[in-house]
Amino acid sequence: MKKLFSALWVGLVFLFLYFPILVMVAFSFNSTTSKSVFTGFSLKWYAELFSDPKLMGALGNTLLVAVLSAIIATVIGTAAAIGIHSYPKRARNAVMNISNIPIINPEIVTGISLMLMFVMVSRWMGLPMGFWSVLLAHVTFNVPYVVLNVLPKLRQMNTHLYEAALDLGATPRRALLRVVLPEIMPGVASGFLMSLTYSMDDFVITRFTSGNFQTLPVLIYTMLKKPLPLSVNALSALLFLMVLSILIAINVISAKRYKKTQKELAK
Amino acid sequence: MKTKKLSVPYLLWLAIFVVVPLVFVVYFAFQGKNGFSFENYVTAAKYLPTLGKSLVYALESTLVCLLLAYPTAYIFSRMRTDRQKTMLLLIMLPMWMNFLLRIYSLTIILEKNGLVNKIFGLFGLGPFNMMNTDGAVLLGMVYNFLPFMILPLYSVMSKINGRLLEASADLGASALTTLRRVVFPLSFPGIVTGIIMVFIPAASTFVISQRLGDGSMLIGDLIETFFIGAYTNFGVGSAISLVLMVLMLIFIGVLNLFDNEDVGDMLI
Repeated sequence: MKKLFSALWVGLVFLFLYFPILVMVAFSFNSTTSKSVFTGFSLKWYAELFSDPKLMGALGNTLLVAVLSAIIATVIGTAAAIGIHSYPKRARNAVMNISNIPIINPEIVTGISLMLMFVMVSRWMGLPMGFWSVLLAHVTFNVPYVVLNVLPKLRQMNTHLYEAALDLGATPRRALLRVVLPEIMPGVASGFLMSLTYSMDDFVITRFTSGNFQTLPVLIYTMLKKPLPLSVNALSALLFLMVLSILIAINVISAKRYKKTQKELAK
Repeated sequence: MKTKKLSVPYLLWLAIFVVVPLVFVVYFAFQGKNGFSFENYVTAAKYLPTLGKSLVYALESTLVCLLLAYPTAYIFSRMRTDRQKTMLLLIMLPMWMNFLLRIYSLTIILEKNGLVNKIFGLFGLGPFNMMNTDGAVLLGMVYNFLPFMILPLYSVMSKINGRLLEASADLGASALTTLRRVVFPLSFPGIVTGIIMVFIPAASTFVISQRLGDGSMLIGDLIETFFIGAYTNFGVGSAISLVLMVLMLIFIGVLNLFDNEDVGDMLI
């Protein structure tokens, strides 16, 4: 009885979460423009999607900003985490409080605050908002996540490893790159992936800092004012598939690694 | 260790891109025609009902999310470990779909001749007018933010040792008493984090009400119109944003009085 209720409840929650998305994906294969009557299977909306220069351009912009901002954020954030880790407690707390502001603040406030500054800068320099301001904004909201991902790995690390490397004659730079970095790599990697996905997904902050530069979410927002073409359904389906395969890949890799460490422990 | 230096670029970044922009918000909020003034707040006061409406929506959606998420997270936390992982993945998966597309997917099925009405029609019901209603806005918020409630709840509940529940039952407590006296107190930090993670985006959201509601604005939509479009007014927009930010900080502060977990750490 209890089990039945549990299964039913979980089933309903998943139905609620997935029904709209699956409907959207299913109708991307519809042969007519209807979004409620399925008239036949067709791939024409996918063909239309790939021949739409606006959507493809925005997709390119989105990927460019995501990759660049994730790389920059990962470098700055990892270095910052290593530095912050060796702070005295009070200084560390103070910096972390400021670092967490973009996470805790309503996104729209982060968006307009950056916009105000970028508007001022563009007035002084005669440079309208665009790619540069979006990139700076994305790095800004990504770095805190990298820091939060890397710090726990540093805490788990044996603090004497770094000192041992120095005692054995490694230069500080070499010790960091060859001893510390490998230890915290899982945190660095998840910080990078998180940055990548947050950047690709961001709409609110980009909306206020993009000027005429269009990323995919911003383009979809302007399109939402009219009934959307089914090629947007096709796009959603492809994005969904992409994320699904990334998640499965991550899971398979971590499962393999888990098995490997288990085996090594057993030896 | 001389590694402290490594944080210098980030400290500069924080100063330039976090602190300075917030100073700009404060500056614009209190900047009148002739220097410092409260005139932006006099204008902003007209929009108090909008703020109230947003907070009510946020409160309602947080409550609904909590009611839906609590049993879900509990059920997940009592499953086999490998199944727990799968369930969690399935909860996170829709979050990776862009927020605008999720809103769009809701509008498709809620339309007058959308799929939900078609299903109601099979039972001889409807068609109902579901779009452009307050209920649709609430549904949109719950749909978008439910995973943010489930994840922190699950993360604390999965740490509750099953033997505690058995012990409670062995000592004669009913299921309800166990829930009230054992599960609830132990899951409290998760409740606090979940409330923060749903309430703040729900209170400051825009788009949801524009797409699913009757066209009336929530506070997020209002802020947008003051910054983008034909009637921009950075002063009033900043004034409203500052109020929103301070309200949210107070909200977090009050909730954290009940619980000392670090919000930042709980987000991951």
